[in-house]
Order: sequence, then C-alpha cells, then structure tokens
Amino acid sequence: MTTGQPRQRRADSAPAQVSRLLSMLPYLRSHPYARVADVAALFNVSERQVIRDLRVLWFSGLPGLAMGDYIEVDMESVEGEGIISVSNADYLARPLRLRTDEAVALLVALRTLADVPGSFDREAIDRAITKLEQAAGEVAERAAAVQIQVDGEAVADVAATVRTALDERRRLHLSYWVPARDETTERDVDPMRLVVVDGRLYLEGWCRRAEQVRLFRLDRVAAVSILDAPADLPDQARPRDLSDGLFQPSPDDELVTLELTRGGRWVTDYYPFESAEELPNGGIRLRLWVRDRRWLRRLMLRLGSTGRVVDPADLATEVVDDARAALAAYEVG
Amino acid sequence: MSQQAKSERLMNLVICLLVARGYVPKSRIRSVVGGYGDQTDEAFDRMFERDKDELRDVGIPIEIGSNDPFGEDEPGYRISRHEFELPEIRLEPDEAAVVGLAARAWQHSGLAAAASTAVVKLQAAGVEADTRALGAVEPRVGGEEPAFWPLWEAVRDRRPVRFWHRKVSSATGMQRHLRPWSVLSWHGRWYVLGFDTDREDARMFRLSRIVGDVEPDGEPGSYEVPPPDDVRSAASSLAPSPEHRDLSVATLKVREGSGHTLRRRATDVRPADVPGWDVVTVSYSSQTRLVEEIATHGADVVALEPDELRKRVVEWLTDIVEETP
Repeated sequence: MTTGQPRQRRADSAPAQVSRLLSMLPYLRSHPYARVADVAALFNVSERQVIRDLRVLWFSGLPGLAMGDYIEVDMESVEGEGIISVSNADYLARPLRLRTDEAVALLVALRTLADVPGSFDREAIDRAITKLEQAAGEVAERAAAVQIQVDGEAVADVAATVRTALDERRRLHLSYWVPARDETTERDVDPMRLVVVDGRLYLEGWCRRAEQVRLFRLDRVAAVSILDAPADLPDQARPRDLSDGLFQPSPDDELVTLELTRGGRWVTDYYPFESAEELPNGGIRLRLWVRDRRWLRRLMLRLGSTGRVVDPADLATEVVDDARAALAAYEVG
Repeated sequence: MSQQAKSERLMNLVICLLVARGYVPKSRIRSVVGGYGDQTDEAFDRMFERDKDELRDVGIPIEIGSNDPFGEDEPGYRISRHEFELPEIRLEPDEAAVVGLAARAWQHSGLAAAASTAVVKLQAAGVEADTRALGAVEPRVGGEEPAFWPLWEAVRDRRPVRFWHRKVSSATGMQRHLRPWSVLSWHGRWYVLGFDTDREDARMFRLSRIVGDVEPDGEPGSYEVPPPDDVRSAASSLAPSPEHRDLSVATLKVREGSGHTLRRRATDVRPADVPGWDVVTVSYSSQTRLVEEIATHGADVVALEPDELRKRVVEWLTDIVEETP
C-alpha cells in the first residue's frame, strides 16, 4: 500500500493463470472453435501463454479426477491449427463476478460520459449503467468512491454546438482565447472529436489557420458558430495519442530555469515541469519547457519578487524590460 | 514445484469447492485435490493457507463454515456459486459500445487494468464487443499522481491512512490522519476527501501535494463511509471555489484587445479618453490577487484607482526591475 502502483501480478503467475482460465472457459463455451490468436488478443497475453493456460486444464477437473472427470481440451488442434475446443467443464459456464476495482472503473467512466453536456447516446449510457449496477451487485455501491466533476453548465452551449457540428460534419468558427498571449484569435476548425480529460472538455480538430491538429479547451471558447462549409479533414489530421498526457513537448521548446521563493511555489501545482530542486531558503529551483516566451514573461510579471529567471539570461532581460515598460505608464522608474 | 503443477492445484481446488454441496472439510480437500496428498501435515497447512489467500486476492470468494448447525463438525470450505458467478447480463449494441468507450478511459492507474479485465468478463459472459467507431467523444481519466492508487485502495477497503501533505508554500508539510471517503476530480485536479481525525471534521486534500508514501493507519473496514449524497455535499462545500466576496472596486485602463480575464468579470467597460484604451471597472476581495493579475498584463493594463492599488502595482513591478542583479 505504500507503493504508487497496484501490485502487478505477472501474467504467468499461478493466480493470474487461474483467474484468466475462469474467464476463458465461459468465453470458449460461448465461442466454440475460437482461434488461439483471438483469445490471446482478448486477454492481452501471448499465444504461447494461451497454450500454457490450456495445458493446465489438461489435469483439471472434478474432485478425484476419475475417468470422465477431466476437462477435455483438444491440444492437437490447439497446437496444430490454432483452434480451441474445450468440453466437460459445464460447471464453469460463467465468469467471475466483477471485483470492486472493475465495477468502479467502468461505472465512473460511464458517469463521466453521461455528464458531458450535449452528450450523445445519453440513453444508452444510462441503460448500460443500470445493467452494470445490477450485474455488479453490492460492489457497485462503491462507485461513489471515485467522483469526476465534469465541466458542465459553463460550457454547455459551446459543447452543444460542437456536438451538432460533429454530427453533421460541418466546419466551425471559433473565437478562442489564448492565455499565453492574452489574445482572442479567430479561426476555422474542422472538428474531429470531443475529448474529456479528468472532467475537462476539449475540442480536437484540424485548425485551418495553424494547419495542424489542435486541442481547444471549451471554457476558453469565447464564441462559436457552425459554418455552411462541410468539415474537410486532410489525411494528416489524425487524432492525437493522448496516453502520454495532453501536452507533449515539441522539439522547438526552450528549457528555462527559474528560482521561486516560498510564495512562488504554487507554480509547481499548475504547470508541468522537467525537474525541481529544493533551495535552502524554502524556495525551489525549477526547470521547465517553454513553447512561447510570451507565456513565461507574463508568468514572471505575475510572480513579481517571488520568482526570477535564472537561465537563459536574455529571457531574464526581457522580463525586466516588460516591467520597465509597464512602470512607464505610472510615470515612475 | 512447477508453475503448471501449482496452477493445476489451484484450479482443482476452485472446482472442488464450487461443485460441492456443502462445506468441504480440510481433510477431504487434502485427499481429493492433487498436490496436497503427498505433503507433511505442516507443509500442507502452509500451502493450503497460501493458496486460499492467493485465490481470494484475485476475487474468488472462499467461505469457511460448517454443515453442522452446532458447529461440532470439522470446519470446512466452500465457494458459493451466487458469490462466484457474474449474474446474467445482456447489453444492446449501443450499450456495449459505450461500455467499450468507458473501458478505454482510464490511463495510468491500476483502474486501467481493472477496466480491461471487466470487459473480458463481460465478453466471457456473452456480451459481444461492439467495435463500432463512436469516435465523437473520447473520455480520458488520468489519476497518474502516485497517491491515487493507495488512496483508492484505502477508500475501497475503508482503511484509515496517514500521509504528509504540504501547503502550497512549503516543501515538507504536515502529517495528516484521514479516513478516506472518496477520491475525486474537481476542475481537472484530483483530491481525496475524508474525515480528518486530528481536526475531527471532513477535509479535502490535493493529491499532487501529498509528499512521499500513503501509509495504512488502521485496519480495513474500520469505519463507515457516509451515504453518497452526504459525501457529494461535503465535497462541494470543501472544494476550492472562486471568491464571491467582492468588497472593493477598482478602475483600470486596459488596452483594446487585451486583458480578457479582467474584461470577463468587469462590471463596466467604457472607452477611455485616449484612443485604443478602455476603462474597465472590476470588483475584488484580495488586493494581492488583483495586483498579480494587473502585473501579468505588463504595459497593457494600468491601475487607476484606488491609490493604494496603484501604489502596490508600482512596488510589485519595481521589485522585478530591482531584484535582477
């Protein structure tokens, strides 16, 4: 329990093997002559592992293991044609109940989907939730143990317009606020999908201005309208792989070193960083990748005396110049 | 002992306890399940205990009891089919499609693995996978903070925990003792909510500010979690919310096309005497927050009134100019 990750059982440990077999047997029953390759893909193990699993059944069966008590597996066909046929295991016709982790993982994700404003298939989601709750029984009650609050009302209108454009495959026009530059930009976007990350809504689409796939946070959309033009997605418009997080460093990013005092430590809570080093005075030295210097300059003005740029030096100078320019309006400095 | 022999023994033990009509005495288990018979008494006891634990770990419910209501028989073991088997479930194609989509949502934590084994069980129960491309909505749930998994386990097992939680301005923080009720995401950030036994009240802690390990601080099942509605209302009363107490009013000069966050919450915007600028009125409760926000905009926003605010902005900016060596 002190580790950050669940204890991972190796796929070939005996308990993992038994728990896999207890799902595999009912699956093979409802899918006669299943292919080894398909079963391996479903269980996310190698084909060799499936064959090893099936060999365990060779010596399994009713207590006492008299003639006729053994589960029958045609190993010749498994190893020859890669086709599985199992019989004499009628007492293992149904998989194990869902564990708490399993029920909660599905129910929490479904409830998140149901909360997406203007949600598609809302009715199907609700029906699926009800059926899963019934099948899971008592453990489904623990689903409140993980809650995800979805950006709701504030972005509902934008989300509904985006949904319509996605359904009708039409182009969108966005007025989009870019915080790094404090600008509202106008752009036409061919929508690809709505992405919901930890409850926050994004539109992923082909930005015709940047000629790139971009993610737009819905709470930063100042105005949105559907255009008459159909969405026209070029071949290179592929959804981004989000498994490594939303923000992936680009080769053009610049590595910047900051020193923050105690009062500036909040930065570590809000922005991804490369490394952090504690300083003797309770502050922190932070290295982070910066795409747009304007963003960092604004951050440094916000930090005031609670942070300073250590490297690169010319960036530190830019920040001071910004502060001087701002002071000029007060006729001091 | 080979891996295969152990798997065979566990498999045969499961079948033996599942098909039996009542509780199976340990002596009977020893004689009918292959692999136990040739062990010494002591080795068999150890082996059997470990086997039971390992099977329970993967979710197989092994019960202990006696067929004799007076409990005079040797105690035995069984697996109740009702507890063991997934009940009948049939999903329509559109339902299967949204379940498939939900199963892909989890990213980092152990719940990602749990979601895929859940789907395998559903398919084993006869639910056909629907690979129809829904595509239009893609949910993602992170939970990559190291504290996520141990806290989820604690909530699941109702087990008190202790951890070090730092304030935003410090590196080390304070040790907290918590009976966790829920792990929750609020505006895209993860928190744990529970009963703080030092404060004797409900508290919420940001996961990313937990330093080091989350450690058990009591036995599983040692407290009750309040009903879901109570947990939800505790969460919304503790969740960080934007300041609503607006006590003072400031006027600012804002360059056209700039200062969007200020304009968004302005109570009044009118053109300034100088072309290209607006006079924007905002109300605020924390002067420091407003000073920070004004400074962020550099030369695009100028504080006009009150005087105190104007002075603070000048000090703030002067610090930046003077601190640089």
